[in-house]
Amino acid sequence: MCIGVPAKVIKIKAEKALVDVMGSKMFVGIVFVPEVQLNDFVLLHAGQAMTIVDEKFAKESMEEWRNIMNGTSDTFI
Amino acid sequence: MEHLIHLSNPIILRKSLEAVIQLAEQYKKEKGRIPVLMEVCGSHTMAFAKTGIKTRLKDHVRLIAGPGCPVCVTDQKSIDTMIELSRDTNRILCTFGDMVRVPGSKFSLMEAKTEGKDIRVVYSPLDSIKIAEENPEKEVIFLGIGFETTIPILVATIQEAEKKGLTNYTIWMTTKLVEPILRTLLNGKEINIDGFLLPGHVSVVTGKNSFDFLVKEYGISGVITGFEPVELLRAIYKLLQQLLSGKIEIINDYKYMVKNDGNIVAKKLMEKYLDYHDEAWRGIGVIQNSGFILKPEYAIFDAKKKFHVSVEEPRKTKCRCGEIIQGVITPEECILFSRGCTPLFPIGPCMVSTEGTCAAHYQYMKEG
Amino acid sequence: MVQRISLTHGEGGELTHRLIKDVFIKSFGNLQHTQLDAAIIKLNASKLAVTTDCYVVKPLFFPGGDIGKLAITGTVNDLAVSGATPQAITAGFILEEGFPLRQLKLIVKSMAEEAKKAGVSIIAGDTKVVEKGSVDGLFINTTGIGFIKETHQLYPENISVGDMVIVSGTVGDHGIAIVSAREELGLMTDVQSDCASLNHLLQELLEKVDGIRVMRDPTRGGVSTSLVELCEELHCTIELEDSSIPIRQEVEGACDILGFDPLYLANEGKVLLIVDKNQIDCVLDILQNHELGKDAKVIGQITECQKEEGKVLLKTPIGSTRRLFRLSGLLLPRIC
Repeated sequence: MCIGVPAKVIKIKAEKALVDVMGSKMFVGIVFVPEVQLNDFVLLHAGQAMTIVDEKFAKESMEEWRNIMNGTSDTFI
Repeated sequence: MEHLIHLSNPIILRKSLEAVIQLAEQYKKEKGRIPVLMEVCGSHTMAFAKTGIKTRLKDHVRLIAGPGCPVCVTDQKSIDTMIELSRDTNRILCTFGDMVRVPGSKFSLMEAKTEGKDIRVVYSPLDSIKIAEENPEKEVIFLGIGFETTIPILVATIQEAEKKGLTNYTIWMTTKLVEPILRTLLNGKEINIDGFLLPGHVSVVTGKNSFDFLVKEYGISGVITGFEPVELLRAIYKLLQQLLSGKIEIINDYKYMVKNDGNIVAKKLMEKYLDYHDEAWRGIGVIQNSGFILKPEYAIFDAKKKFHVSVEEPRKTKCRCGEIIQGVITPEECILFSRGCTPLFPIGPCMVSTEGTCAAHYQYMKEG
Repeated sequence: MVQRISLTHGEGGELTHRLIKDVFIKSFGNLQHTQLDAAIIKLNASKLAVTTDCYVVKPLFFPGGDIGKLAITGTVNDLAVSGATPQAITAGFILEEGFPLRQLKLIVKSMAEEAKKAGVSIIAGDTKVVEKGSVDGLFINTTGIGFIKETHQLYPENISVGDMVIVSGTVGDHGIAIVSAREELGLMTDVQSDCASLNHLLQELLEKVDGIRVMRDPTRGGVSTSLVELCEELHCTIELEDSSIPIRQEVEGACDILGFDPLYLANEGKVLLIVDKNQIDCVLDILQNHELGKDAKVIGQITECQKEEGKVLLKTPIGSTRRLFRLSGLLLPRIC
């Protein structure tokens, strides 16, 4: 439905933020994430930040998955 | 972000794949057939193809590409109208790159551009505001397509135009909503889908709760997920687990992006500017309240109110994309398939998208 | 006042003469050639290679190069990947009325510099000026001539199963540098165009190594399109390893944002080689010890030969394969 990519906020300027995706940068709108702060990761779609990535949840879900996977076989990851 | 980098770790990928296949086999043993899952979102379809997950799972899980590619479901008449709009030399049409390639009943916006029409591709709709400011003597029209992820962005653009007091800027809205199309599919006589892989980025806006109706009204499960290979495999795994346990619920497996209520700011903005509207879906037909239109008080930004263009009603076709999406028939059972409808001259959305069910079958047929 | 190109510069009179003398001959030299209508070159090899290409890049100046440099490297590389030693180049210019003279001089200068670097001489040229709006600033056509030494011939018909596919460096740099330089999409990167003449590097390879079957420069359409064409012509199957293809982080980031596939982005200083597997170490050693090949990598291999329909497969990180096709349509930013 829609391409979205996590981007790191490296500068905030009024209603725009400069974000970085692996070294490529772009100014994007932040009207939908008024609480955004420097160094947050946001989900970028068509020039707007659509949400702030919750890093805690991201880590947790990866951890959870890793545990499930470790339970399914003998090789650990 | 370490956890995001880990998503492409080959060992995790391999194990995830094994785990999914194991569960799918268990399902097959218990139910006597392989599970049928629909990925609603077109970007999921692309990701399944690109990562090779679809090919790898083809004997274990049947993945049906859903109706969630916004350009593919834009109907021929809308595209014909957009092309007609560009005939006036005083107008600049702006749109997303995906949109310019899709053929209407005769040709595409790209072909209209070769005739000298001023049609520009932008990455962000906000860039079209800049174009309107730089060309005060011209009418700038944004061809606004998209599902719920993109719709708030279109609205934010209107808000910006309003703030700047632009009088030469309008949007031609032909947006689509997920819930009405899912209801249409589920209301079909025969439906052959065991569970849904739900669109992560639409959910960012609409929220997890927006899919509760699947459980309450249709008794069908779904998993909201992202687009990385591990996320996709994890979602299939969790959905299969669900199907095997008999528990029906919506799982939010994209919690780091999706909240229960979605993005409140975006939803409020949409509420302020938009009303529901009946939209025509390519190959499927008009679905009640399946899109948005600007409220009457914002008519000065509504290209449909400002410009009056009319095009002929495209010829009715025997396109059966609706049933193909429902998983009821295979592309080969449609009379148009590979005859009147090919990737170069597609009729329905399943042939427009390169990864659509019909386009994939067509490619496979040519290779086989 | 800014000096600009006028229609008179293209009329063939005094102004034309002065433009040729002050701008082109000054940079390209070779006065003896321009006195005749055709350049005369002495042949000393059995085979002659000729290639021609038009250059219409927008913007004319971009990070890592400009249209002038590109007009030399592009033609030099076309000769070099055919196994030829580039000798001479002719250049045709189509200028838009009003084009700033200063910019023209810069472009001509960078052509001269790149030609010197590549060891080719610019031996003939032509200039036309057209009315404002008829072209976008400046178009250049270059034709290149090279000789093929007996020992430097390529034998694509020797391609066999097990041969390796090598790319000489990171993929997609030029494409992203241009997108970024256009400023239309708001993308900002430090990525430079890879625009460079590869002839010295390729000459060295051909001199020192036997078993290079064929070479291609993956320009427009990128690595995918180049390899698909190669496989169709030579009736073979290539299997690429997705995770082995060298891509700059910034290029990957830019592709993620805009929905591009790096395998379809243009390169202007990279070469794809199909090499006998026994020569791999030697080839990699030469490439990696050269500035223009330091990121060279094996990215795949030939898995089938003498097939009716050649094709390219990409092995994805989950171990599945998918088929690659030619670039279809333009590369445009996508939202879905």
